[in-house]
Amino acid sequence: MPAPAKVILSLQQHTGGPSKPLVEVGQEVKLGQKIAEASSFISASLHASVAGKVVEIAPHPHPTGGEVTAIVIENDGSDEWAEGIGPKGSLDSLTPEQIREIVKEAGIVGLGGAAFPTHVKINPPPDKPIEHLVLNGCECEAYLTTDHRLMMERTEDIAFGGKALAKALGVKKVIIGVERNKPEAIEAFREIAARDDLFQVESLEVKYPQGAEKQLIYCLFGREVPSRGLPADVGVVVQNVATAAAVADAIKKGWPLIKRVITVSGTGVQEPKNVEVRLGTPVKDIIEFAGGYKGTPGKVLMGGPMTGVALHSTEVPVMKGTSGVIVFPREEVKQYDPAPCIRCGRCVDACPAYLMPVTIANFAEKGMLQEANQYGAMDCIECGCCTYVCPAKRFLLHWIQLAKHQLLALKRQTG
Amino acid sequence: MDENIQLVASTAPHLRDEDSVSMIMYSVVWALVPATLSAVYFFRGQAVGIILTCTIAALVAEVLAQRLRGVPATLWDGSALVTGLLLGLNMPPTVPLWMAALGSVVAIVIGKQVFGGLGHNPFNPALVGRAFLLAAFPVQMTKWIAPFDAVSASTPLAQGAGGIYGYGHLYLGLVPGSLGETSAFALLLGALYLLYREYIDWRIPVGYLGTVAVISLLAGQDPLFQLLSGGLMLGALFMATDMVTTPITRAGRWIFGIGAGVILMVIRLWGAMPEGVTYSILIMNGLTPLLNRWTRPRIFGHGGVKAQ
Repeated sequence: MPAPAKVILSLQQHTGGPSKPLVEVGQEVKLGQKIAEASSFISASLHASVAGKVVEIAPHPHPTGGEVTAIVIENDGSDEWAEGIGPKGSLDSLTPEQIREIVKEAGIVGLGGAAFPTHVKINPPPDKPIEHLVLNGCECEAYLTTDHRLMMERTEDIAFGGKALAKALGVKKVIIGVERNKPEAIEAFREIAARDDLFQVESLEVKYPQGAEKQLIYCLFGREVPSRGLPADVGVVVQNVATAAAVADAIKKGWPLIKRVITVSGTGVQEPKNVEVRLGTPVKDIIEFAGGYKGTPGKVLMGGPMTGVALHSTEVPVMKGTSGVIVFPREEVKQYDPAPCIRCGRCVDACPAYLMPVTIANFAEKGMLQEANQYGAMDCIECGCCTYVCPAKRFLLHWIQLAKHQLLALKRQTG
Repeated sequence: MDENIQLVASTAPHLRDEDSVSMIMYSVVWALVPATLSAVYFFRGQAVGIILTCTIAALVAEVLAQRLRGVPATLWDGSALVTGLLLGLNMPPTVPLWMAALGSVVAIVIGKQVFGGLGHNPFNPALVGRAFLLAAFPVQMTKWIAPFDAVSASTPLAQGAGGIYGYGHLYLGLVPGSLGETSAFALLLGALYLLYREYIDWRIPVGYLGTVAVISLLAGQDPLFQLLSGGLMLGALFMATDMVTTPITRAGRWIFGIGAGVILMVIRLWGAMPEGVTYSILIMNGLTPLLNRWTRPRIFGHGGVKAQ
């Protein structure tokens, strides 16, 4: 879609510390110019997604419900690139360090949803040798089709990005995991794998949450990432296919991360589609671009229906980790009144982390944090399966998340 | 674009399965229809009177108990209906109606509401009601008649294998016994529906019935006779599978079924009573919280396949 009149670039786009602004109100910026830099080891740089004037650096609605400082740029429509943006040379000529630097400078983060800074992921500690790079082509949730589209349209770029990431990590094998219901994507990657030994394509069972990092690793290698550990602990690094494509852009064209593909879908939007949007585009502009609302909107989600955030305002801008905007009309939005738990055990059967969600949620509801912790609250991956299957319509995930937040806060307090 | 839209901002996930507690309860009621029809077919008016009395008394007791407790009435969740119907099907055909009603009141009030209502009761309410009646009125609760005629008769279990009833009689239900327990065919029909809807876990009946068969064989008994006799089918398929009073883990459900089978055979082989389904399930109900604790699944990432 065309660039919006105004972009709102939140300083908290990613997992980790917020970015530190490098510009001032009133300053003219060009497309791709770095406007904020990483503030700590786990943090990321931010670039202007339009050319124009910085009109505001102030708190702005954030998907999480609160307000976070954002840099607002008024688009002058010129789309004039900042200086120094251009190809970084062939992959063969770049060293692993240079690749990591390019990725870091481009502000690339995991585009699957968690938005973990990519340069950190491809710089694992030396005591954790990485054997495999996995390119995650499992759409993280229903409704979202961005990865599928990208795999079809940018197969070569994804492979290029995968190759670059593999070089940065020093791995000899890149495994591309795609769910079985996307045979064209599997076929397209198989063609690449036929010419290049580096790649191996795995067609995977279609299930939720297949796209979750730890579950994907288990599915591919039969290795469980240890509790509270990272994939690097089992010698694996996982990157989303969209992230690989962004890496290709950063090397081939020198583009920093200023746009991404998102799915606009749901029964409450006129023309569901995948659109490439500039970061910072307000959700309302995207919905307008997709033909506007169908009926009265009841819920606007950022992300998928299982883990997405229900927005309180459509002024919220697209972030680096935003994979979709889903609209449900008012009549389809059900509000549930939880019944007593009938101990059917479905949440236990459904939990991909093998937890007892009802037990943790009950402890959380009663404020029994230590007991919730003992039953593995911190191992919850927040997929929402327990709450989905609950016939009593209990807010299991809600309570577990609350316990996790409180446990983390407690840990910060006590050090 | 209208900026005055009101958006619902609830927590994830934003999709929910269609199943609900009342759907599960009413499905159990549907699944009990074949057994209820067989009861009415074999025991005629007596069956109609007792089953209606038990269900109505259960519903009334539920409403009154909830009013006394000052909590909102949840009559329409279907749970009291299930309890009443199950108790009715567990009654001998000649039991006086007032006794049947009393059983329902005990089941709902003592078995369920005193613990806080649906979901909080440790023991299967219908079995609490039955155990109470069995203890209070042992004579009336063990008076049996043959199907179709009101001639008093003893149950196949009291006669032992090799009595006058063959497998065919037992399978179809042409034997003396509680109203809804006699026809294995009708019970299996309903249970298959619940298994298909995944409203009961197959591990419990398979563990329960399998254990009974194995112990029968080891004890030199006829396993098929043991399986088809008494209240075992009704108990294993509809009472031991009650979600509220059974473990929430799969391993726990295996142990629950196997444990109930062991207890039942101990009672049948060496106990003073010919039958022990009620007590076998109630005892395992009591162990359920412990089973849940003992069978906590190993959490993902906790000492599974070792990192290399």
